[in-house]
Amino acid sequence: MLDARGRSCPEPVIMIKKAMAFNEDEYAILLDNRTSLENVSRFARVAGYHSDYTEENGIFTLKITKK
Amino acid sequence: MIKNEKIVIVIAGIIIGIISVTLVLLGNPANMGFCIACFVRDTAGALGLHRATAVQYIRPEIIGLVLGSCLMALSKKEFSPRGGSSPLTRLILGFFVMIGALMFLGCPFRMILRLAGGDLNALVGLVGFICGILAGIFFLNRGYTLKRTYSLPKIEGVIFPVIQIVFLSLLLAAPAFIYFTEAGAGPGAKHAAITISLAAGILVGILAQRTRLCMVGGIRDLVLFREWKLLLGFLAILASAFVMNAATGNLSVGFANQPIAHTDGLWNFLGMLAVGFGSTLLGGCPLRQMILAGEGNTDSVITVIGLFAGAAFAHNFSLASSAKGPTTNGMIAVAIGLVVMLIIAVVNTRKAAATVNN
Repeated sequence: MLDARGRSCPEPVIMIKKAMAFNEDEYAILLDNRTSLENVSRFARVAGYHSDYTEENGIFTLKITKK
Repeated sequence: MIKNEKIVIVIAGIIIGIISVTLVLLGNPANMGFCIACFVRDTAGALGLHRATAVQYIRPEIIGLVLGSCLMALSKKEFSPRGGSSPLTRLILGFFVMIGALMFLGCPFRMILRLAGGDLNALVGLVGFICGILAGIFFLNRGYTLKRTYSLPKIEGVIFPVIQIVFLSLLLAAPAFIYFTEAGAGPGAKHAAITISLAAGILVGILAQRTRLCMVGGIRDLVLFREWKLLLGFLAILASAFVMNAATGNLSVGFANQPIAHTDGLWNFLGMLAVGFGSTLLGGCPLRQMILAGEGNTDSVITVIGLFAGAAFAHNFSLASSAKGPTTNGMIAVAIGLVVMLIIAVVNTRKAAATVNN
């Protein structure tokens, strides 16, 4: 579980990019703003992952899984 | 969804380019439909923070950008008062980004508009800008961070938009203690009508907030992640402004005699190097900082305060360039700025583990 809450652009995407080096099938990342949500989702999709998120109280939990 | 986002940002860029040239046609200085640096500097002058009489005017475009962003954020429930991410470091970075911008005589937005007007000096600036971003990326990849930001009380996020409304009131009321460049006395006297500038700022603020437009992000995301989205936006601005300049006889290709510009290649390069490096360390170009400030991001508000301080110092200590070229003080200031940015980058970089939780 990656915690990118409070992190501003482009840190969340750098975090997921570094995590993807471990080639896991699934990642979960906590975000708290839409811009980061969009950026990470976009990056994940281009990298060949499917992305989905849930939101609670302004915190997004983004789950990405390898296609 | 990816395709859709790209189409949206290209359309937004085309509109922004058209608005920018229109502002010039309606009175703004040449190749300066928008310039966050110059306009913050002009506003600082109007408030008496500096006394350079040629550049004193509360620019409604800035007010519009902030309010447009604020309204758009509120409507999409993205208004989010937050702050606490190395505020003083951001203040200093904002300060030196302004110093760099006034060395080149433009922020990244104006750099694009100058290019679109045929000002090839902006090409030199662009090279410096890209180099600065690459330097910032070097540190980002090694774990550079200004640490996280935290949620703040609503009033914290509201203060800056309210200040913009105060500025608008001062502009409209024009009390004696607010400075206005006299007609013919400099770029500060060249401006479109208040309502037009305000409306233009609001529209661009809305579009920029919605699309997350950012000049730095454009190049940065391409290099870091092979992501074209933001860059397409600013290419669209360049293209549409260029076409409109050509169509309205406002195109003048060359290095010499460009409006509010100088031909000193080295210092155009170094000025924008500082802007690119500093903006990357800040997480966004001056336009993006203004938009974020409208969304309640007080880290960006602090950065904007740094921009104001930089502009005030620049004109109080002869740091800003003129059409004749850079000043010696300005060269020293930019050199100091680059060193300070380097120190900030190094001190805030540490090898970050991929899944660290902090």
